[in-house]
Amino acid sequence: MKPAPFKYVKASSLAQALSLKAEHGDDARFLAGGQSLIPAMNFRLARPSVLIDINGLSELAGCSGADGGQVRLGALTRYRALERDGDFLKACPLFADALPHIAHPQIRNRGTVGGNLSHADPASELPAVAVAMGARLHLQSASGEREVDACDFFIGLLTTDVQPDEMLVDISLPVQKPRSGACFMEVARRRGDFALAGVAAIVTLDVERRCSEVRLGLCGVGETPVDASSAAEALIGETFSDRAVEVVAAAVQRMIEPAGNVHATADYQRHVAGVLTSRALRAAYQRIARAA
Amino acid sequence: MTTRFFGAPVKRNEDKKLLAGQALFIDDVELPGMLHAAFLRSQVAHARINRIDASAALQRNGVVAVYTAKDLGAYWQPGPLLVPPPPVPGIVFNLRSHVPLAKDIVRCAGEPLAIVVAESRYIAEDALDDIAVDLESLPAVVDIEKALEKDAACVHADLGSNVAAHVHQSKGNYHSAAAKAHLTLRRRFRYEHGISSPIETRGVVAQWDGRAEHMTVWDTTQAPVFVRNVLAGVLGLGEGQVRVIAPFVGGGFGPKIMMLYPEEATLPWIAMRLNRPIKWIEDRYEHFVATTHERGQIHDAEIALTRDGRILGVKDVFLHDNGAYNPYGLTVPINSQCTLLGPYVIPAYDSTFTSVFTNLPIVTPYRGAGRQHGVFVIERLLDLAAHALDIDPAEIRRRNLIPKDAFPYQNQIIYQDFAPLEYDSGNYEPVLDKALEAIGYADFIANEQPKLRAQGRSVGISIACYVEGTGIGPYEGAKVQVRANGKVSVATGIGTQGQGHFTSFAQIVADQLGVDVTDVDIVTGDTDRFYWGAGTFASRGAVVAGNAVSEASQAVRKKALKLASDVFECAEEDLVLADGKVSIVGVPEKFIRLGELAQRANPMRGAVKPGTEPGLESTQYFGPPSGSTANGVHAAIIEVDPATYELKILKYVVVHDCGTVINPMILEGQIHGGVAQGIGNAFYEKLCFDEQGQLLNASLADYLLPTALEVPRMELDHTVTPSPLNPLGIKGAGEAGAIPVGPLFAQAIENALQLKQRKIELLEIPLSPSRVFELIQQASQEGNKT
Amino acid sequence: MQPDRHEIALSVNGTAYRREVEPRMLLSDFLRHELMLAGTHVGCEHGVCGACTILLDGIPVRSCLMLAVQSDGHELSTVEGLASEAGLHPVQQAMHEHHGLQCGYCTPGILMTMTAYLKENPSPSEEEVREALSGNICRCTGYQNIVDAMLAAAKAMRETAP
Repeated sequence: MKPAPFKYVKASSLAQALSLKAEHGDDARFLAGGQSLIPAMNFRLARPSVLIDINGLSELAGCSGADGGQVRLGALTRYRALERDGDFLKACPLFADALPHIAHPQIRNRGTVGGNLSHADPASELPAVAVAMGARLHLQSASGEREVDACDFFIGLLTTDVQPDEMLVDISLPVQKPRSGACFMEVARRRGDFALAGVAAIVTLDVERRCSEVRLGLCGVGETPVDASSAAEALIGETFSDRAVEVVAAAVQRMIEPAGNVHATADYQRHVAGVLTSRALRAAYQRIARAA
Repeated sequence: MTTRFFGAPVKRNEDKKLLAGQALFIDDVELPGMLHAAFLRSQVAHARINRIDASAALQRNGVVAVYTAKDLGAYWQPGPLLVPPPPVPGIVFNLRSHVPLAKDIVRCAGEPLAIVVAESRYIAEDALDDIAVDLESLPAVVDIEKALEKDAACVHADLGSNVAAHVHQSKGNYHSAAAKAHLTLRRRFRYEHGISSPIETRGVVAQWDGRAEHMTVWDTTQAPVFVRNVLAGVLGLGEGQVRVIAPFVGGGFGPKIMMLYPEEATLPWIAMRLNRPIKWIEDRYEHFVATTHERGQIHDAEIALTRDGRILGVKDVFLHDNGAYNPYGLTVPINSQCTLLGPYVIPAYDSTFTSVFTNLPIVTPYRGAGRQHGVFVIERLLDLAAHALDIDPAEIRRRNLIPKDAFPYQNQIIYQDFAPLEYDSGNYEPVLDKALEAIGYADFIANEQPKLRAQGRSVGISIACYVEGTGIGPYEGAKVQVRANGKVSVATGIGTQGQGHFTSFAQIVADQLGVDVTDVDIVTGDTDRFYWGAGTFASRGAVVAGNAVSEASQAVRKKALKLASDVFECAEEDLVLADGKVSIVGVPEKFIRLGELAQRANPMRGAVKPGTEPGLESTQYFGPPSGSTANGVHAAIIEVDPATYELKILKYVVVHDCGTVINPMILEGQIHGGVAQGIGNAFYEKLCFDEQGQLLNASLADYLLPTALEVPRMELDHTVTPSPLNPLGIKGAGEAGAIPVGPLFAQAIENALQLKQRKIELLEIPLSPSRVFELIQQASQEGNKT
Repeated sequence: MQPDRHEIALSVNGTAYRREVEPRMLLSDFLRHELMLAGTHVGCEHGVCGACTILLDGIPVRSCLMLAVQSDGHELSTVEGLASEAGLHPVQQAMHEHHGLQCGYCTPGILMTMTAYLKENPSPSEEEVREALSGNICRCTGYQNIVDAMLAAAKAMRETAP
């Protein structure tokens, strides 16, 4: 399983990388962690004519703002760095839950957040986390830049809004609000496998300890990550209760259209999505109770 | 003779090389001028080949040659029958062996259409895309029941049906047995075993020396001697002109003993033509379709019992998925047929199977080799009977175990070694008792489980028994030679894929010849070093080759003592062989080193008596009259998430009897590894074919091998009933761990979720959280309907 | 398309190498067939089995998911560099003592993964060891002896640590 031939350029600057991408469009691919791209190339499912290696663009890696209200995460930041960044994990606790589910340590040592989000595998954890957190994705091209909300970024199976001349350069994430708790859970066949269903839940309470906001992002149950926050209506303005959680879980099950795959039937995915919604919401709520 | 090494957990001689990354595996073979092959494989399971045009491929820079079936000319022929079917009266066997390259017709996805030879594997793969292939799809035969319907498409048109074989064996009279039964239970079982998926895939390197007229083939085969013989035959060479070397092999597990794979058949032929060495390494994607599988069977089985749970008889009719060709005969379904009998007294047995051709890869033995299927059926039938009769599952097994004074126990029906199935020795009840004690069976059911249920936890317990036929003939041989430097050199014809032969055989020799185990070097898998043999399969390496090594070392020992007694002019009884020298008992200063004795055994002057052979060496062969039977019991406590049906193994116990043990450390490793594969088979590994015979999950991302998080810590224990069939008393152990895990999981999950009480039965393997959910849903929907 | 070639300079196990490589050559193939360091094994070429794991600047990575050309300027460690004049690395020694290898094919990948892991985590629990191992598939051993070897190696290294 050897890749087809291609031309290789190690980008020395972001400008160079973007100019090359503008020149070649979809015939060129950015090489970041390579943990999704290289296997696809080895299987010859991906055959870019040009590979633009952006691993040298250190300005695209790194995380800032964890002590403020907004975290800026460079697209080239490797999972490994995030796993070891206590401040970041405190600010964005969904990542603390989700990261151990991403493949295996050796993959996390190279894989990048930007690569993961651009690849947009619907069973991947981070797209669901990004949707639940309301992340904003910052895209740049040789001719300009723009920002896209996570829920508009993922448009289809393995398809994002990134245009042929664009690169995802960083991601803005809101720091966890006060009186909030978050939890990510998934069911997979083995640890590290793609999720058969995964739920990212954030519960925020008002001063009277009623739910003021509930965010739900699901992976594995559609062609894109699913923003299921609207299913949480039953909880908004109410005190957290098991009964309300079950109503939400059932609403999530009605909302989604999982396709089934070699590992699970659609019915199982739907069933488990409901189970995980209940469990994740409960766990998220418990975490607020502990912090308060 | 003191045994210092035999039976001890001696650390392995081969480790250092492997740990340092210095052991030679097939892809490490680098030869000057070496070319690389890539195979163009059919993406379609059943098709007529209209045209293959390789002209564009030949234009590519770096491509040296392209071959199709046509180019092979007279060399192209269907391969030989490798394992004849056993002599069962009335047997139907329709041989359709596989071919080196598909000609006119493709019969499974992955079947090779053409070979590209290039300067690098990268270029060879580029050239695969250049080859234009015009295939006309034909209906694919994938379902083994539909395959036998009147209007089904035929995998082999000339045969007129998809029946590869039909075998009926029986003992006693099931009909009259069933007539007397208090309870008869009948169910349909589906059992699928997956693929071996060793971490090292297959490979072949062929080098032809035109001047010496000698062919060397490096091959990841488990049977180098057979490959040498078959290759010499098809290439028109003498056996002495062909050397097959099985280097270090990264896991065999069965499919590497399938012979004359297309790549083995074609690479040497190409090497002769191009006069350059040529290498082919199977990549992981290819492995899914190019290396043999073990797959599925459907059993319609019935058991007849007395009121107190004693088996009066079993009747079983099953279908076996053979794949597209059957060069390997009937080993897998015959094993299923025979191993179903298990450790139980089954007075009447009526078993019929039809082996069915399908447009899927060939099925040949993979660790367990069909035993899993049979064991699943009998163990599940006993569980169902236990529930129906309100008898504890362990107790119902106990009541049916063959008693210890009944050995050798004659089961009459014919086994894969062509002899009637006879269990040589065994004492089954203590094995069951030890397993029950180790898992804490009684206490778990009486105390632990109710407590856990009260906490809302679904935890189940299970037990499964099996007998495994091992150590079959025909024979193996070994040559033991003491060198001038006092070290001992051993060669045998089998190959090694991690079983520790370099150590276990050395232990046998070391004790016989009084040397240190690290002073014995073993060569396996090189046909120039040892000419004769069968191969490493069917849990027979230690038994058969081990005994041959033992015979040969004993012969050398006798020679050494005889020679020394001549030197010292004393009786042989007055001599002792230890620490690499022969000395006179009580007079340690009077000694002669083994190395010196070896030199004296090849004198430059003086007379050598007629009838003696030079050197301190001997070649001996061992062939057991029939296979020996190992047995064991597995027990497990498994927790199931009652909402997601994911599971966690809380405790796993194996009690095993494989006769005399050469190296308990190596034995335990074999059991650990077997259980891990069994766990994969029971709950993780499933080949998903679509209706066109396409494998949908041909990658390790989607064919799920268990990792360190899925395989639990295991507790092992063993008992010993030596085999009377060989001097060392050993029985095989390689496959044992893998055999009973399927029924163990099914039983534990049923027990954890109290499924039997809900009238839900798990009658298939593999299971998965989704499949368990689906079965429960189906049952509750059916329940709602009634 | 004529393959363009790139000059790379890297060190492997402390030895410096300069080579010219085609962009698509995988790092695993480069190590094995260009540098003749065949101890790193290839099992799948899609990043799942872990047999090809090496250290890139001390960090375990899949060499089948990297291009040789990406190793320019880096320090690689492979299994050939583990043992020293003094003998086997404690992790290698423990694997030998606990029968943590059978066919030995997945072993180099496990050795590289775990030597790096134990450096960062000198006192792991059994569960943590299993998690660390979960990216390396072994088909022979059932993992139990490997886990025992790693726990023993960790202990031995703690005891001899300065």
